[in-house]
Amino acid sequence: MDHEYTNDREFHEQVIEEVLASYPEKTRKRRSKHLNVVSEGDSDCGVKSNIKSMPGVMTVRGCAYAGSKGVVWGPIKDMVHISHGPVGCGQYSWSQRRNYYVGETGVDTFGTMQFTSDFQERDIVFGGDKKLRGLIDEIGTLFPLAKGITVQSECPVGLIGDDIEAVAKDKAKELDRPVVPVRCEGFRGVSQSLGHHIANDTIRDWIFDREKPSDQENAEKPFESTPYDVIILGDYNIGGDCWSSRKLLEEIGLRVIAQWTGDTSLAELERAPKAKLNLIHCYRSMNYISRHMEEKYGTPWFEFNFFGPTRIEQSLRAIAEFFDDTIKENAEKVIAKYRPLADAVIAKYRPRLKGKKVMLYVGGLRPRHMVSAYEDLGMEIVGAGYEFAHKDDYQRTMSHVKDGTLIFDDVTAYEMEKFIERIRPDLVGSGIKEKYPIQKMGVPFRQVHSWDYSGPYHAYDGFAIFAKDMDLAINNPVWGKFKAPWVEA
Amino acid sequence: MPQNAEKIKDHVTLFREPEYKDMLRNKRDAFECPHSEETVREVSEWTKSEDYREKNFARQSLVVNPAKACQPLGAVFCASGFEGTLSFVHGSQGCVAYYRSHLSRHFKEPASAVSSSMTEDAAVFGGLNNMIDGLANAYSLYQPKMIAVSTTCMAEVIGDDLHAFIGNSKEKGSVPKEFDVPFAHTPAFQGSHVNGYDNMLLGILTHFWQNAERAPGTSLNIIPGFDGYCVGNNREIKRVLDLMDVEYTIVGDSSDVFDTPSDGTFRMFDGGTTIEETKAALNAKATLSMQEFCTKKVLAFAKDKGQETASLNYPMGVEATDEFLMTVSKLTGKPIPEALRLERGRLVDALTDSMSIAHGKSFAVFGDPDFVYGMCRFLMEMGAEPRHALATNGTKPWAKKMKTLLDSSPFGKDCEVWPGCDLWHMRSLLNTAPVDFLIGSSYGKYLERDTGTPLIRLTFPIFDRHHHHRFPTWGYAGGLQVLVRILDAILDRLDADTSDPGVTDISFDLTR
Repeated sequence: MDHEYTNDREFHEQVIEEVLASYPEKTRKRRSKHLNVVSEGDSDCGVKSNIKSMPGVMTVRGCAYAGSKGVVWGPIKDMVHISHGPVGCGQYSWSQRRNYYVGETGVDTFGTMQFTSDFQERDIVFGGDKKLRGLIDEIGTLFPLAKGITVQSECPVGLIGDDIEAVAKDKAKELDRPVVPVRCEGFRGVSQSLGHHIANDTIRDWIFDREKPSDQENAEKPFESTPYDVIILGDYNIGGDCWSSRKLLEEIGLRVIAQWTGDTSLAELERAPKAKLNLIHCYRSMNYISRHMEEKYGTPWFEFNFFGPTRIEQSLRAIAEFFDDTIKENAEKVIAKYRPLADAVIAKYRPRLKGKKVMLYVGGLRPRHMVSAYEDLGMEIVGAGYEFAHKDDYQRTMSHVKDGTLIFDDVTAYEMEKFIERIRPDLVGSGIKEKYPIQKMGVPFRQVHSWDYSGPYHAYDGFAIFAKDMDLAINNPVWGKFKAPWVEA
Repeated sequence: MPQNAEKIKDHVTLFREPEYKDMLRNKRDAFECPHSEETVREVSEWTKSEDYREKNFARQSLVVNPAKACQPLGAVFCASGFEGTLSFVHGSQGCVAYYRSHLSRHFKEPASAVSSSMTEDAAVFGGLNNMIDGLANAYSLYQPKMIAVSTTCMAEVIGDDLHAFIGNSKEKGSVPKEFDVPFAHTPAFQGSHVNGYDNMLLGILTHFWQNAERAPGTSLNIIPGFDGYCVGNNREIKRVLDLMDVEYTIVGDSSDVFDTPSDGTFRMFDGGTTIEETKAALNAKATLSMQEFCTKKVLAFAKDKGQETASLNYPMGVEATDEFLMTVSKLTGKPIPEALRLERGRLVDALTDSMSIAHGKSFAVFGDPDFVYGMCRFLMEMGAEPRHALATNGTKPWAKKMKTLLDSSPFGKDCEVWPGCDLWHMRSLLNTAPVDFLIGSSYGKYLERDTGTPLIRLTFPIFDRHHHHRFPTWGYAGGLQVLVRILDAILDRLDADTSDPGVTDISFDLTR
């Protein structure tokens, strides 16, 4: 649904000036390059990105380990992912991303478990390789149905000179299963983003290029390719997102042979190169492997967007273009089938949400990808920022945001608070660390990493939930109770 | 079509719709190359066996589902208890994002802390420049009254020297020379969050007390320790100490910063022990720790400074509260007032009314060492029987102390103590030696699912229930809260077990 509006450029520029005034000189200079107001027609958002956070400013960013274990590898359900190092990293990330999966946890799937080598001082002094060998053996004994193992390195591993690759090679042979060493130590790179990249590269090197691929083929039911085989990339099945997307793709006649990496099995990782088309939802975290598959296997890839009916329809039609008339016709049928649902959702919620101003601060994709879902509900994006986007993300953002939108890269808690105080959006979408400070300011908030324990938000089934959640966040009666009635305004 | 604008289904029910069930079944069969259902069933049964338990307890290296966190989390929590204090964690930045998230998910509150954001170059050259810039930025942006520095394991492995770095930063003008920047080295590869708490508090007290002369006074210091129920508990002990007319300082009081009101203002800092109070705490007659295993170093330091010291172990229930009050009375010379004797009587009255409910019920308990001690002690008081007492961060001295406690009562004689074990060990214990109820944190919900043992959430972290930490568990009033939680769990279970119409509902009694 087209929704015309612009944002107040001058005001936003003034707010940036005010915010920068509080910084020491050196930091002010550096931070000024990360804040901007966009002008229609620009080629990108005009901010620097993917560079080091300033110390002491309270960045929201995480680390490479979070990008690898937390995002890319963690959801692969039938492998055991070892948080290799001290206990904390695995503990804090345990079960927090809501990557839904089906399986018997602890028996044939391991997604909501915390496996760690729990480094002690002696492991730092003498190295952790011996312990790693021992614990991989123990996984073999206690979790015999695990299809493979990944070693997710925490900071000390790279600092003490462990050779986890050597351990991985030996153990993979012994166990006859993939054992993948991942060098995602938290000090590498500037954010989660490098962790995504490292994780993508290790899938390439240790799964695709494995000397002896695992024997995944069932002799009675061998895998047979079809012209309609696709994979979903960059969907982590948060609250079941990937399932509502998968259902839609199946409905237009495509066969989803793998979904990366939400509710994913090792078999789906290994077979991905057999797809005819790679459909990528989170570009930021999986463009690397898409490019690799294009280069090596000739698989084309396409960025789609299943947030909100406008983009869903566009995406379905564009995806169908890669296939024959049957698929194209199916796409139209599916669009027509779901139109009444989308219209009913919009009819119900748009009157309650129209004109509400939204500010988004998320990872590397959603600040642009979700824009049109809000606009479908009549809402307006006043500001958008990314924790760990790169230049290509800020280029892609331009086709989603309106003139005068405030853009902030790697925003600090201080900047975020000031922006919200001055702009007073009607809704902020960001993470758990931002949720409570912002709500206490009296501004409605939704977590848009974890869907605030709701979801799915993808595809038509998810859009209905999204609309309901945005409505409850904004229109809950509690917002009218912040001021005690006896206090003068 | 399963979705409908009038009655919108979310993940809880959406995926139970036939379209989704068929889709997921087909995904499994066609693409996942799963193990056969028979194999899964066999292995599943085997994981519940004595044989599995034996192999599980033979683990030397692998830790699965531990119930502990790392030192800096404890340091960040500790620093939050001081007025206007910002935690500055020196090392990788992702760690700080994790501590903040972890605390926010439990308290449903803001949790502020900054990082020095060290990356690869700092790994090579050290993080001095990160400290210099970081302190300057944190100081000017957030205007704290104090910055408490702790470390991630990265900074510890490369050996950054906080004392020298902070001195250098002050030389460079990052913060004024007289600005308080206490610090603690908090290596994640030693101990757990409870040691991080101890180290950070030691760092803060050392900073203020080291070069000061003690003028012995009459006041009492109370150290709460790492406590996810600090909001309810600290307020409860303040109420009790006020009733006793004791002159006291809560050293490290996080009850306000993790319970700020929603009134339109975000308070990054709120409440907490002031710098003046912290300095003056040196002069206290005595320091009393509510959690021995959180405060070993701090108490030794206080003793060294000439104070009397005493420690408790997460005082829940009648006896433990008696001990708390009598210790306070002994240390301060103040009598225990009649009002508290009446409160005690009310808790005893509640226990009397309900004795038939918990008596003889068996329990497994996991959590931090002091919590497990306090919980088992209270359970035995109810006539309940702890059977498995597990602390991933429990030490040998803790286990010994637990043994002494359990041996002191016939209700504890069948309890085994499991120091250093994790929740995967607990899974084997619950499968091979089942109990009626499990007490612990939200992490216990996987054990509840896997073993059918109902979970009672009574310790940090509690992510999937809201606001319990706002109510006390310490003192007689806290004991009543804990008792009610346990009774409700037992009675809810009894109702559920007797609610099948015409089959089990003969015992579906109105009055119990």
